[in-house]
Amino acid sequence: MSRVELTDVVVDFPIYDGRSRSLRHRLLGLSGGRIGASAGHDVVVHALSDITLSLVDGDRLGLIGRNGAGKSTLLRVMAGIYEPVAGRITVAGRLGSLTNVTMGMDMESSGYENIIVRGLMMGMSRRETLGHLPDIESFTELGDHLSLPLRTYSAGMLLRLGFAVSTSLEPEILIIDEMIAAGDRTFADKAAQRLNRLTSAAHILVVASHSPETLKRLCNKLALLREGRLVEIGPVDEILRRYEAEG
Amino acid sequence: MTEATEEGRMRRDLRLAWLDLATAAKRWRLTVHLAWLDVRQRYRRSVLGPIWLTVSVAFQIAAMGLVYGELFHQDVSHYLPRLAFGLTMWGLISSMVADGCMCFILAESFLKQEALPKSMFPARVVLRSLMVFAHNLVVLLVVIVIFLPLPGWIALLALPGLALIAINGMWVGLVVGLLCTRFRDLPPIVGSFMQVAFFLTPVIWVPETLHGKWWWLVSLNPFASFLSIVTDPLLSVPTPASNWLLALVVTLAGWTIAMLLFGRFRARITYWL
Repeated sequence: MSRVELTDVVVDFPIYDGRSRSLRHRLLGLSGGRIGASAGHDVVVHALSDITLSLVDGDRLGLIGRNGAGKSTLLRVMAGIYEPVAGRITVAGRLGSLTNVTMGMDMESSGYENIIVRGLMMGMSRRETLGHLPDIESFTELGDHLSLPLRTYSAGMLLRLGFAVSTSLEPEILIIDEMIAAGDRTFADKAAQRLNRLTSAAHILVVASHSPETLKRLCNKLALLREGRLVEIGPVDEILRRYEAEG
Repeated sequence: MTEATEEGRMRRDLRLAWLDLATAAKRWRLTVHLAWLDVRQRYRRSVLGPIWLTVSVAFQIAAMGLVYGELFHQDVSHYLPRLAFGLTMWGLISSMVADGCMCFILAESFLKQEALPKSMFPARVVLRSLMVFAHNLVVLLVVIVIFLPLPGWIALLALPGLALIAINGMWVGLVVGLLCTRFRDLPPIVGSFMQVAFFLTPVIWVPETLHGKWWWLVSLNPFASFLSIVTDPLLSVPTPASNWLLALVVTLAGWTIAMLLFGRFRARITYWL
């Protein structure tokens, strides 16, 4: 049984300019210097306000909303990257996210070394990662290139490697930020297949996307976000209509 | 907010801070690997690779040993080993402090993409500093063989001293890393502080040359204590108990501050990046 539960989650980003980032100004402000008034007030962006939602096994939630509506931030809160400023979040189940599949890759290390590091990052042991190696090798079709440093790779090859490792585990709760636009035709097909396997194996799926087709295909409910607020959760078609009507 | 909830919140913060440290410890393989990648990055910048780190330190010690030994009217066989130990230990300490400042800032791409324990990054700095330090062991060994009577079992006391330095490096990384992420003008300030500390600590000078003046510079200086608990055993000189005491007090106080600060602001780090 996997579960994701958010109660009144708030995420505010402080926006620091050079001044409020400076200890010198902070100290001058405290001692009553003239700049104090302007240095004391930080600008805050309300990225998410009072988000309450609950997901259980079988839920396939799509997040929709205009740029800056808070989709990615919400995904990151679920993934545990941002801890909410207020409210609480409970996540039960093994969580995996496909947001930036090439994150943390070292350009000077070989493909194989990067596979190991990425595996460690995803919480696998070295041995577990090695267990997935044949699968990764055959999926990437990179062959001998895997022994070469990443700086010799093309962008497409990097993506293939990152995608293959990131999708080698089957998480119970899967988080996807925008469908990965992937390389050439044959790879795109293979990637779609692999992604399908993952999305159908996941107990809970959360996808942020702008594409109505993707959302219709993957999701059984949609959440419409606007300016950091959850406007409505409901059936896919209904929410899509509403979103498109709003423009 | 009532006092009861304030206390409850602090307890929760501390528990989460502790959990963060425990998770980082459990995932030590990743931390070690990241530290090792950092070290390898340094090799790549030079033709000589790993040898370069060793050779440059050897040259520095040889040159400073001769010139400063003359300046301070010191016998080379007395001065040079002290300088060699002092410089390499200071290299370890100052890199833990200076790199600790940047530990979260430079990990932005990791911290914003994956829910990794935050304390993994100061730990990475400590490990990296130790790995770089290990390159000097050959030089130190040569210095011991040439200039010193072979140290006995007592030399092994240097190991707990080294461990204590690493333990302190961790709290320093948590504290300065956190503060520097919030206040971006702090790293240069820390840099100048370490510069001053370098001159006030018996690294390139030996305490005897003070002739009892400014005794507090040596006996109340935590940097001097940390140097002494590692280098005295290697020099076959007894370590004053007060140095161990000061080092332990600093360790305890530092960790207390670090846990409170890290507990309070741990979750804010990703917001500050």
